Amino acid sequence: MSLTDAPRIVTARAGFDDSHSIDRFLATGGFDGLRKALTLSPTQVCEQVDTASLLGRGGAGFPAGRKWSMLRKADVSYLVINGDESEPATFKDHLLVEKEPHQLIEGVVIAAYALQVSQAFIFLRGEFALGLERVQTAVNDAYAAGALGQNIFGSGFSLDIVVHPGAGAYICGEETSLLESLEGKRGFPRIKPPFFPAAIGLYGEPTVVNNVETVSNLPWIVLNGGEAFAALGEGRSTGTRLFALSGHVRNPAVYELEMVKHTFRDLIFAPTLGGGIPSGTGVKAIIPGGVSAPWFYEEHLDLPLGQDEVAEAGSMLGSGSIVVMDETTCMVKAAWRITRFFSRESCGQCTPCREGSGWLERILFRLENGQGRREDLDLLLDLCDNIAPGLTWPPQQTTICVLGPSIPSSIHSSISRFRDEFLAHITQGRCPHA
Amino acid sequence: MSHLTPERRQRCERLIALYPQKRSALIPLCHIAQEQDGYLSEPAMIEIAAMVGVTPAEVQGTATFYDMLHTEPVGTYVVGVCTNIACLLAGGDDLLAHAESSLGVRAGGTTDDGVFTLEETECLADCDVAPCVQVNHRYVRTTTPDALDGLLAELREGGRADEIPTHGNLIRVQRTTGLVADPEAIAAERAAKREEAGA
Ligand SMILES: Cc1cc2nc3c(=O)[nH]c(=O)nc-3n(C[C@H](O)[C@H](O)[C@H](O)COP(=O)(O)O)c2cc1C
Ligand code: SF4
Ligand code: FES
Repeated sequence: MSLTDAPRIVTARAGFDDSHSIDRFLATGGFDGLRKALTLSPTQVCEQVDTASLLGRGGAGFPAGRKWSMLRKADVSYLVINGDESEPATFKDHLLVEKEPHQLIEGVVIAAYALQVSQAFIFLRGEFALGLERVQTAVNDAYAAGALGQNIFGSGFSLDIVVHPGAGAYICGEETSLLESLEGKRGFPRIKPPFFPAAIGLYGEPTVVNNVETVSNLPWIVLNGGEAFAALGEGRSTGTRLFALSGHVRNPAVYELEMVKHTFRDLIFAPTLGGGIPSGTGVKAIIPGGVSAPWFYEEHLDLPLGQDEVAEAGSMLGSGSIVVMDETTCMVKAAWRITRFFSRESCGQCTPCREGSGWLERILFRLENGQGRREDLDLLLDLCDNIAPGLTWPPQQTTICVLGPSIPSSIHSSISRFRDEFLAHITQGRCPHA
Repeated sequence: MSHLTPERRQRCERLIALYPQKRSALIPLCHIAQEQDGYLSEPAMIEIAAMVGVTPAEVQGTATFYDMLHTEPVGTYVVGVCTNIACLLAGGDDLLAHAESSLGVRAGGTTDDGVFTLEETECLADCDVAPCVQVNHRYVRTTTPDALDGLLAELREGGRADEIPTHGNLIRVQRTTGLVADPEAIAAERAAKREEAGA
């Protein structure tokens, strides 16, 4: 539970067993935000979102209001909601689609009204079987309640929402890959420029792609005003955010916390939050924003959970997922497993990503299994440098999308910090932790 | 002769009508085909191709990109054990190894009786109940070897059929309406408004 008295904005109903039912939704202010939005002009809704400084919750943290203002004016445009949620250790949208599906629909209608689009798609990863059923039910309920379809609540605004299942591919979370997939193709990311969705998106038409959590904030923002949202948090990081905490903590879960007002230490150790590390050992490493992010360590524990704060410290808040690794963890194995994920999920269009990820994975595998050589550490870093020249953060891009340049993060982090542990694998001819 | 049942074909047609371009329905249609056959069979791919207006090779080429679409038969129950980072920290690879010995197949394999296919999966977005296991894409939350064995035994006897339908049954809730907003009318209205504003 939040250590500040900030309201719960996107998980207010999640504590109820029937939070996914239309009855519970309507009994707890459901559609109030939408009704209010429809009394405002679309421009006024956009202004509220701008004032709120709502940052995208999908990973890149781009301000939603600014993204909306960049939508190319055209007769036909689309809104697409990204519910692919496949970044390892990220499980916040899972909660929202299963427990707060009507809130998601309400948020989508508000966004569509602000953008004046007449068709929206909600793309959910196919592995969310229950989430897909709940969101489809919520769509059916919304049509029946007059909150979707022709002339919504008598406002003259009309919208259709289609729930679209994915079929298992991490890369489809990347927005241009998602659009390809939604067009019925392989999920190959498109080259930006020119294929920025706001200019050339779904079917070549201007398209806004927003994350599930991003739009789930909209009912509250419209109802309470952008200023009330901006009053929470600090600086650019306003409102609350869902943090998915996993790994070596007593209470792994999704926590809705006021932005910036909590530190990594609070999240991991507070008795009402993570509850500390079960083994009683210390923090060896933290992955702060999904496995694409460079790692943090003990000295970062007092860093506030805010987008700019984490970026300035050399990593990213990304998808808001935080993995804790205690002192018993083998860093070589962790880096290997993350790299294997990238090598499996690379779409294969770009050579550095496709070939590099496979080589890196195989070298890390032999290191973990005691078959490594001393030269392997330099070889790993050299390969990483080929994918993201200079190994800077944020990384240089040699590829079509940023999956490729994300691969070096865990390897560069683990070798820089735990070189001795890599060497021990080589000299002992086995994993010292096994 | 249609390979898909008339009821499924009708659902396919209704899905196709939801999209501005037919091809967008390709993946949802593949899910419906898997629901009927348990996997994505060749006659189904040929039929889907005809329905969305592409070649069968394009359906196959697209489908093989996605982990959930199986162009070869799989078990009645596809058991996925996650070994990605959060689950690894909770012993996901041990749980997978246990499942391999319980079922007598390696990850990727199907038991001889065709009941189970075992898969090692990437993150399933349920990392707080680690290691995460899904059966036919339902979260079963069996994190220990004993609990997993218990579940496998139950499934073998036909238990939990409501909660975990056979492989391919993904979304059992049907959409209740077609499209109702008329995009052409809206586009025309918007064009008229713009003209008015310009004039
Ligand atoms: C490899 C890759 C995977 C991504 N996966 C997701 C995802 O699962 N969900 C998501 O919302 N955004 C994901 N993103 C970010 C999207 O491209 C996009 O920035 C986001 O959906 C925009 O929504 P927002 O502005 O509301 O955050 C991913 C990006 C990359 C490069
Ligand atoms: S960087 Fe990797 S995932 Fe991204 S487009 Fe290139 S090959 Fe595909
Ligand atoms: S890492 Fe296994 S479900 Fe997320």
